[in-house]
Amino acid sequence: MRFETREQTPAWLPWIAIFLAGIVTLFFAGILLMFAGASPVDGFIELFTGAFGSRNAMTETGATATPLILTGLAAAVAFRAKFWNIGAEGQLYAGALAVTFFGTGLIDLPAFLMIPFLMIVACVAGGLTLVPMMLLRQYLRVDEVVTTLLMNFVIILTVSFLLEGPWKDPYSLGWPQAAPIIDSGVLPQVVPRSRLHLGFLIAIIAALLVWFVQSRTVFGFHSKAVGFNPIAAKHSGISLSRTMLGIALLSGGLAGLAGASETAGLKGYLTLDLSPGFGYTGIAVAMLGNLHPVGVIFAALFMAVIFVGADAMSRALDVPTYLADVIVATTVLSVLASLVLVRYRLVFKG
Amino acid sequence: MILFDLLEVLINAGFWAATIRIACPLLLATLGELLCERAGVLNLGIEGIMSVGAMVGWTAVYMGADLSVGVLAAAMVGAAFGLLHAGFTVYLGASQHVTGIGITLFASSIGYFAFRLLLPSSTTPPKIVAFQPLTFPLLSELPFLGEAIFNHTAFTYFAFLMVPVVFWLLNRTPFGLAVKVAGENPMALEAQGIDVLMVRTIAVVLGSALMAVGGAYLTMSAFDAFYFGMVNGRGWIAIALVIFASWRPGRALIGALLFAGLDAYQVRAQQLAGAFIPYQFFLMLPYLLSILAMIVAAKSTKYPKALLTPFRRGERH
Amino acid sequence: MSPLLKVAGVSKSFGALKANRNICFEVARGEVLAILGENGAGKTTLRNSIFGHDLADLGVAEFKGSALRAGDPRAAIEAGIGMVHQHFTLADNLTVLENTLIGAQSLWKLGLQTAAARRKLVALAERFGLEIDPDRLVSELSVGEKQRLEILKTLYNDCELLILDEPTASLTPQEASGLFVSIRRMVSEGLAVIVISHKLNEILEISDRIIVLRSGETVGDVVTSEADKRQLGEMIVGRPVERPQRGSGPPETASRIALEDVSTIGDGSSVALDRISLTLCGGEIIGIAGVAGNGQKALGEVMSGHQKPSTGRIIIDQQAIGRSSPRAFMQAGIAYIPEDRNREGMVGDMTVWENAVLSEADSQAMVGGFSQIDKRACLAQAERICTDYDVRTHSLVQPARLLSGGNLQKLLIGRWLARNPRIIIACQPSRGLDEGAISAVHSMLLAARQTGSGILMISEDLEEIIALADRVAVMFNGRLSASIPNNNIDPIELGLMMTGEGFHAI
Repeated sequence: MRFETREQTPAWLPWIAIFLAGIVTLFFAGILLMFAGASPVDGFIELFTGAFGSRNAMTETGATATPLILTGLAAAVAFRAKFWNIGAEGQLYAGALAVTFFGTGLIDLPAFLMIPFLMIVACVAGGLTLVPMMLLRQYLRVDEVVTTLLMNFVIILTVSFLLEGPWKDPYSLGWPQAAPIIDSGVLPQVVPRSRLHLGFLIAIIAALLVWFVQSRTVFGFHSKAVGFNPIAAKHSGISLSRTMLGIALLSGGLAGLAGASETAGLKGYLTLDLSPGFGYTGIAVAMLGNLHPVGVIFAALFMAVIFVGADAMSRALDVPTYLADVIVATTVLSVLASLVLVRYRLVFKG
Repeated sequence: MILFDLLEVLINAGFWAATIRIACPLLLATLGELLCERAGVLNLGIEGIMSVGAMVGWTAVYMGADLSVGVLAAAMVGAAFGLLHAGFTVYLGASQHVTGIGITLFASSIGYFAFRLLLPSSTTPPKIVAFQPLTFPLLSELPFLGEAIFNHTAFTYFAFLMVPVVFWLLNRTPFGLAVKVAGENPMALEAQGIDVLMVRTIAVVLGSALMAVGGAYLTMSAFDAFYFGMVNGRGWIAIALVIFASWRPGRALIGALLFAGLDAYQVRAQQLAGAFIPYQFFLMLPYLLSILAMIVAAKSTKYPKALLTPFRRGERH
Repeated sequence: MSPLLKVAGVSKSFGALKANRNICFEVARGEVLAILGENGAGKTTLRNSIFGHDLADLGVAEFKGSALRAGDPRAAIEAGIGMVHQHFTLADNLTVLENTLIGAQSLWKLGLQTAAARRKLVALAERFGLEIDPDRLVSELSVGEKQRLEILKTLYNDCELLILDEPTASLTPQEASGLFVSIRRMVSEGLAVIVISHKLNEILEISDRIIVLRSGETVGDVVTSEADKRQLGEMIVGRPVERPQRGSGPPETASRIALEDVSTIGDGSSVALDRISLTLCGGEIIGIAGVAGNGQKALGEVMSGHQKPSTGRIIIDQQAIGRSSPRAFMQAGIAYIPEDRNREGMVGDMTVWENAVLSEADSQAMVGGFSQIDKRACLAQAERICTDYDVRTHSLVQPARLLSGGNLQKLLIGRWLARNPRIIIACQPSRGLDEGAISAVHSMLLAARQTGSGILMISEDLEEIIALADRVAVMFNGRLSASIPNNNIDPIELGLMMTGEGFHAI
């Protein structure tokens, strides 16, 4: 009995593998629940009722999924091209900064113009944050993992500086936050009296657009080639610099859009704790979605269920909320393992 | 006048003592990552492994163990995560980038979860009796050097001792040679019938143990409590330092000291110039400097040729 | 006297492909045995089974009377078998001495015995006439020196049977002669040597006995002194050997591309160009001979726009080219076929049709609304290329890495030919291909020449150059000799120039 490399992997196999990985993850979570002194069954019941049990729960899940879809897309687009953008967190805040700069009174437009304007501004900000790291990689061969990561710290410190200093809202009673986004820029609620806002639809549309671009357009074709074998792509006349630029703008832009969505939709103003790590969770979402835009939507919903549910569960059963983070991390590893194993076939010597 | 004050910092013995203290976790982490990368494996789990090492070491002592047992516990946990990393990257050939990020997320979150389980919320983090500074009969009395160099904890001296140890391992033992070759041209090992996967795995396990010990330094020598987010990017900075050090232990020492010096300096400069420049900009400096270090080092780099390429038996010529 | 190595009944299959079928032969001490066969005949599989890199399905190998433990290279080495691989297994950033020590000691010992090793290495070098400096970095060694190091490594580990895999692939004729002298020395001291090769001439020169492999089976076991060259050639291929003839070319056109005083900056790992001047006209093939590592890669890259020259200029169709981008050169009608088709030519995980249209995807014919890819047009084009150039594949939507070497090369060349390029730069076009594929590739290049393309063929294979080129030049240390017409060129002289003797750069 041994492992033999498959020549070709059927297209449906990775999805089965991911599904199984999800089961393994939940199983592992169950074990941790037992360590925490809670019954796994109770734990999962609390988790699912916390995420689906009521209209409030469901809109909460949707609202949590919104930024995850976008950061998941950001990671998926980049990783597909083997461009390891770990800076989605910083790009998210860059988008939030842009939205705050333009949306707190500097420019006033009617809502149907203001909202798209803010979204675009956030995309540009996010994209421009990533482009320098891409250039460092292309022209100076500096590894983008560490540079994008370190930039996260720099940007968040910048946000801290701005919120405690020049951009501090005088009406915020001493709490460091920026002025609220003006009314015409706020993303309206999609479900009344809930936190689910237009950002959710924007995220879904973004995913569909990414899917279209990747599977149908020339740019998508080129970026696929560049991801698999940049040398061969170059030898076929594909412009590496142009393709990578497009990928960086797209990936950074999507993360920036997440920042806009949270600032103008969920919270209404910029605070330092705008993102509890959406950028990093986005990586897990991208893996779980097999780097496919539509897969990302479902993966983000799954993650949102985990987060919202774990919150309810930890309050009900007195289990540390870090369980949600453990589940996210376990997801990355189990999906990675299952996708690699799918490349092999178990052979029994007959 | 401020300019003089800023220069005066450099002749303050306390500044140099702080530099040495700040350098230790960075040094251990850098040496650990260096070992992994020399073998051809990029270990991005470093941040998480440092975090969980910090937690485990501290907790062991909190539960009553000896300080050295605590360090050993941290090393073993680090080794375990290193084994997990190697299982994915060396044996399964999975993406070293994604595996590393996954391990960082996993190690740190499991650490936090376990910590919360063991010590349910308390507003002030509990403390342990950490490593105390040692005193040497004559040396600690010396005017400048006494305070700067001869008044550190055993853990500190241990960290610096690791530099010649890693150097000896890499350059004076057959195993070290195998590690270097695994990172340059694994085929050369395979042609001699040496198991490349095993060599890489052991290197990653040893390196990860060092990283975890580096994390433990934070909770057992530099400070005496564990709090969330304490590693604060040191792992990522260590990765930049490895490149800056051209994958050599001696240069890693220089890099860590240089960096720690700048960091120690930044703290004092903040105290002096804090009125004019917001503290956030001082805090940004380590990260910006690391990016700069990577840019500078990238131009002249002689990197291990087989870094990031998985080795598959039978995939040849 | 009992044979040193006895191979009996060795068979191995990879899926449906029977790579080795019932191979039997013996080697005695003091003997040089050659295993002859074209690429794909099963030589590599056989040597892997003997050395232990792979497990044979059937059969046994006996060394010094006892059976070799299968699948264990370490056991083979310790028993006394040494192998010099075709692609060097050396760590470039380490010294000669360090490379020798790899595997020489148990991993778990605490000290590296550098002093003793140095003595032993120097003594061996003297004894067998393989000069080497223990403290030089391997990256600084020439190809010939690297091979000497590889052989010394096996001698250091006390080998009694040395297997050399395609040893003369990257050597000049002079270096090959030096190698043969060393082989004779070793054999006279009682070692046995197996030479695996596809080069008939060299086999005839060095071996005592020859085993011919074809399609996995032994089809001949002859004593060299009694062997007939033509007969051997036919045994290798199974039919009378016939490669396409050059014939006279079409009338020459004006210069298509010219390099004037072009130099490049080296990046430390490869040799840079040093004031190269070259003119290529349409309808001719210029062969650039030279040992690997003398700047061939840089030449190919500069002429295809992948590298910018630091001095000098490149003139295409009487116009100096400004921007140096692969795209611009492509649009000027230049096709570049890289030397490593797997790593540099194809995107293995993309499908055959995607690879076929990789360079066309954004051309007018393939693009629809919203810059979508017209999949039907692409598939049709891929179909055309595969039919026109005999690319055999199960389906157009299978991953390209499943293509055999020959079919892949045909696809890579074919997709360029479909564009009617004015200039083709072909680097090592028939490396690693079997006879059938070599003939096909040569026919494709000759046909392109006939329709007026100018072809620059950079090759280490002197036979190929002499067979196809209209003019020949030699590349040495980043410089280029004047190109001479290919009328009865003396390969020995070319070989000398390739090592620098008698080489005059223009």
